[in-house]
Amino acid sequence: METKIRGRAIAILLVVVACVLGIIGFPKNVQELKDNVHTRIHLGLDLRGGTDEILQVQVEDAVNITSDETLERLKDGLKAKNLPYADIQPDDDKTQNPPLHRILIKGIPPEKAADLQAIVTDQYSDWDLVRVPGDDTSRMLVLKVSSAVTMRNQALMEAMDTINRRVNALGVAESTISEYGQGDFELVLQLPGVDDPSRVEELIQKTAMLEFKLVQDGPFSSREAALAAHGGVLPPDAELVEGSFLENGNETWYVLSRIAAVTGRDLTGAEPSRDSSGRPNVAFHLNRDGAERFGRMTGANIGKYLAVVLDNRVYTAPVIHGQITDNGVIEGGNFTPQSANDLALVLRSGALPASIKPLSEEVVGPSLGADSIRHGVIASIVGLVAIMGFMLVYYRGSGVNANVALALNLLILVAAMGYITATLTLPGIAGVILTVGMGVDSNVLIFERIREELRLGKAVGAAVAAGFEQAFRTIIDTHVTTIVSAAILFAFGTGPIRGFAVTLTIGLLANLFTSVFVSRVIFDYVLSRREKGAALSI
Amino acid sequence: MEFFHEPKIDWMEIKWYFISLSLALALTGIISMVVHRGLVYGIDFRGGTVVTVKFAQAPNDDAIRSELDRAGLRNYTIQGYGPTSDHAVIIALDLQTTTSANALDTGKQLVVNGLSNLYGKGPEGKSDFNNASPQTVADHLMAEDPLGAGVKGLDTATKTYRDLAEAVVSYRNAPPRSGLLADFKSLSSVPGVTPAVISALTKDFYLSSYAVTNTKIVGPKVGADLRRQALYVTLAGLGAMLIYIWFRFELIYGVAAVVATFHDVIITLGFFSLLNKEITLTVIAALLTLVGYSMNDTIVVFDRIRENVHATKRGDFSKLVDHSINQTLSRTILTSGLTFMAVLSLFLFGGEVIHGFAFCLVVGVIIGTYSSVFIASPIVVYFYQRLTKDGMSSRVKVA
Repeated sequence: METKIRGRAIAILLVVVACVLGIIGFPKNVQELKDNVHTRIHLGLDLRGGTDEILQVQVEDAVNITSDETLERLKDGLKAKNLPYADIQPDDDKTQNPPLHRILIKGIPPEKAADLQAIVTDQYSDWDLVRVPGDDTSRMLVLKVSSAVTMRNQALMEAMDTINRRVNALGVAESTISEYGQGDFELVLQLPGVDDPSRVEELIQKTAMLEFKLVQDGPFSSREAALAAHGGVLPPDAELVEGSFLENGNETWYVLSRIAAVTGRDLTGAEPSRDSSGRPNVAFHLNRDGAERFGRMTGANIGKYLAVVLDNRVYTAPVIHGQITDNGVIEGGNFTPQSANDLALVLRSGALPASIKPLSEEVVGPSLGADSIRHGVIASIVGLVAIMGFMLVYYRGSGVNANVALALNLLILVAAMGYITATLTLPGIAGVILTVGMGVDSNVLIFERIREELRLGKAVGAAVAAGFEQAFRTIIDTHVTTIVSAAILFAFGTGPIRGFAVTLTIGLLANLFTSVFVSRVIFDYVLSRREKGAALSI
Repeated sequence: MEFFHEPKIDWMEIKWYFISLSLALALTGIISMVVHRGLVYGIDFRGGTVVTVKFAQAPNDDAIRSELDRAGLRNYTIQGYGPTSDHAVIIALDLQTTTSANALDTGKQLVVNGLSNLYGKGPEGKSDFNNASPQTVADHLMAEDPLGAGVKGLDTATKTYRDLAEAVVSYRNAPPRSGLLADFKSLSSVPGVTPAVISALTKDFYLSSYAVTNTKIVGPKVGADLRRQALYVTLAGLGAMLIYIWFRFELIYGVAAVVATFHDVIITLGFFSLLNKEITLTVIAALLTLVGYSMNDTIVVFDRIRENVHATKRGDFSKLVDHSINQTLSRTILTSGLTFMAVLSLFLFGGEVIHGFAFCLVVGVIIGTYSSVFIASPIVVYFYQRLTKDGMSSRVKVA
């Protein structure tokens, strides 16, 4: 009996240690302790102050662009294949939601229909070619629903990434962006500590700028060094641009041509790729106009460096190996597959793929947040002290069990939220309150049951065992019912409703452990130390 | 200590008094909702703009009204927030006709400008310190460079002044100032603030007598989405509970528990309608808490009924239910009493932000406890006594 209790006590101790470490870490001094607690307990913006925005990405923009481009590409393609047609025009079905993208091709000679089908199958895999009822010389190109879905999702992801990058560039600490809701292409952007969101709003709604510029000189380790190398004054056609990376731990500064040969507007796409020897690089594609200008510039500057400038920072500056026209490759820069992928992504999403529409905005001033916390803490302490005091009066010795169980429950809840980096919000506190209520209930259920068994004349040990056993079934039923509904709330709810579900689920799981397992161990310990025949303090 | 020693109350004999009371309460609530044309939804669900402002002295509501009228705002309300001594008001605007897609914050800007005209106009060229963000304060400090940090390089200086601005703004936001600084000199107690810093701030800033502590702008789509979602998700949660109870007990127990919970929600919402209180997002969280609490309470009673059914197998089912309720009565009173104490503490000391939340739970805990005895249990009794021949559930699954 003794050793069984010891084993279980050690298990409980390990949980306590893990929880305490989860909250305070390994602090060396008081300041570090405070910092650790701050970084591990994630308070929601409603408690700590900050800005919370819900944005909708108008993903249809992106599909429209693709559709327009396809139309242009098709005109050229048919001309190149000597396939005559009378007219090509967009014919989107806007009565549907989301709209069905269609391109109507009129006046196709019947004998050429098979050729058209071959071209579409070969080059336009995102589209289906269908007949037009009652018009044998016309064909309709219909964007596949699955392709449109992919394009919309891609637009959402790219917009999220672009916004995230821009917000980070502003230096907002701990900003987060994530999907909000289901299927409405909404994003929620959280900016802790920002109480003037107009700057951020302006930034995220602007489209980013990608430029290819010739490197005249550099890199230098500082602005001063770059200027000194040019006698303090730059030539009128040059400008000084900082690199977005460090070299040997130093800043990088480039002297670039002021005029960009090609910009992001000329880009039609970019993707990660590999060179002949398998090293990762990034392939990009330019439109015709851009290709012509790019070809002229690169052809005349072989051996020089070309800077890829994004949002006015040099992203990379590789050597120009040969003339590049419509399809270029950015090499060098010690690409890893990951970084090549990232650069391609950045190039693709350099400009926002779709416009952004703000749907809601909440700014919680830090003074209100601090007030909420102060009041909430006072109210919670008053409530808890009242409950704990009552348990001690009503159940005497056993009240200690209940209070230990309750305190441990809250400790595990806070630590677990830290471990899974869940955020504590006001609705989350509602979940904590229900947890406390059900935690107290579990103890009361068990204790009342033990009292009942004692009244039936059972011996103390048997009464405790029976009390736990009988109450356990009830506790399981109440907890599983509530966790099942919390799971539904989590699966289908958003933001605030999810916060409630998360704290409630963690709290109830912790409660099963503390009020059933921990409390039982304390009882067993008390019973093992008890003199034979003595009464139980309950 | 013990409150109840084996009570012997015939609950099913007196149920009709309480069922009548429930019907009366529910009916009053529903009539109130009909008269008021639905519930009063907060901005979260309705869409619109809310600006919370704290003033140094008691604000003049009429002056604010005429200023907002002059700005062309319609359909707004001004109401006090928290205790009168806080001098705080909430200005709420309905969705403005001018609120176009890309100008979500038009209403907010008009309110802020109006307040600035009334309470905040400072000397030309100075900024309002009480409505400045840490970033703004840092920018000004950077420009003035009162600590002479500029010589240590740009990054060091930026960090120095950003930290200093954070500290100064935190001091301004902490109680008892709560966002309103009355005198720059009081900043001298903030670590790192030197007389030079104070004079730099005094040079660039003035102190207005109001501070915007909170703004919330909800577009029409988000509001409608949230309202729909709250309803559907709650119904789905109730459905899941019904299925679980069906699986553990029997279908009728699930139905009874859900009806009782539904009863609690209707009556609580009725109270909100009668008292003209707003349904906000935090109230929805409280309603979800109430659903969980009420369900928990009902299951405890059902569990004891199930246990007694297995033990006796015959006899009067309604007496058995009475006995089960009596056996669990002590626990029911204790748990609900303690939970009530906790939510009452929230209601009394929790502050303005969670007032609606705490109110919902204060009502909900009482109703939720009561419905297990007087709504859920009678439904099960009625079902077995009237609708089945044996009058006793003999098919309750063994747990």
